[in-house]
Amino acid sequence: MSEEPPTPSLKELDAKLKAARDHRHANDLKNSGSETGANNGLALALKIGVEFVSAVGVGVGIGLLLDYWLETKPWLMVVFFLLGSAAGFLNIFRTMSGYGYAAGYSAKSADEKPDRKGNE
Amino acid sequence: MAAEGGHSPLEQFVIKRIVPVDIGGVDVSFTNSALFMCIAVVVASTFLVLGMRRSAIVPGRWQVAVELSYEFIANLLKDTVGQEGRRYFPIIFTLFMFVLLGNLLGMVPYSFTFTSHIAVTFAMAFAIFIGVTVLGFVRHGMHFFTFFAPPGTPVVMLPLLVPIEIISYLSRPISLSVRLFANMLAGHTLIKVIAGFIAVLGVAGVLPLALVVALTGLEILIAFLQAYVFAILTCLYINDAIHLH
Repeated sequence: MSEEPPTPSLKELDAKLKAARDHRHANDLKNSGSETGANNGLALALKIGVEFVSAVGVGVGIGLLLDYWLETKPWLMVVFFLLGSAAGFLNIFRTMSGYGYAAGYSAKSADEKPDRKGNE
Repeated sequence: MAAEGGHSPLEQFVIKRIVPVDIGGVDVSFTNSALFMCIAVVVASTFLVLGMRRSAIVPGRWQVAVELSYEFIANLLKDTVGQEGRRYFPIIFTLFMFVLLGNLLGMVPYSFTFTSHIAVTFAMAFAIFIGVTVLGFVRHGMHFFTFFAPPGTPVVMLPLLVPIEIISYLSRPISLSVRLFANMLAGHTLIKVIAGFIAVLGVAGVLPLALVVALTGLEILIAFLQAYVFAILTCLYINDAIHLH
């Protein structure tokens, strides 16, 4: 009889584990903002640089290919350079304003994600 | 001193042929890069299979490590994609372990970091990109194209916005691969450069030595971080392909 409490059944253990995990998860959510402070600065800078440059690179690449194909040197390259820059800024905007890395404004799914605050 | 031995900080990235193979004029030699990929696969398999060999209810240390890595990716998928994401667990877990072990094996002296080559990371990122695009078409058919037109856009703006969205979409594999490759390349080169100062500076070389120790720690952190980023971005792309807007 007295041995009941120290040897709980697996179900009870499971319930306890689940409660503990939920508690930890909730704490993680609370702390996730402050935790990633100074360490994230460099990573963020690199991330944004890559996001921007890759979009410009893709734009210029498409422009050059179309120019080569349609023999309209250098005009399409210029047009797509501008479009690529716009796409780069769009990427940065999405990264920063919590839409994630996605194309489109997937703020719906951003609501579920705790670490990025949807701008809705 | 460092210079006369001909040790460039970039020498560690040189690809060497171990078993030269030539099929129809195409060089498909077994290189040190391929060797370390094989090692990564063997280490990952050993870690997982032997760790779960006993699969006890009360796990040992090794089993806890295996279960932690499993739960980490499972939670990642649950948080980003939701319940539907479960079926993509194998690919995400494989990618994560492969990239992570590639990064970590690169931290072993005299080893080779295959994730520091854009050819490797871009191949992975491009495969993910193609896979996710195909997934989007399979799930949504032609409806997938609405992905490139944000909801609520005026029709007048569409000719301008759609190319921008498409460029933004096409830039994904590039930013995904460049991020991993640049981090590994920069970190490993930096360690080698700083380490080159140690012998040159003599007694004062203690300072760069301390810095190299700190940087090594940082590099191990980055190895984990970049594998995590690679995995979470793949999850987000899958989420986009499944849910569109």
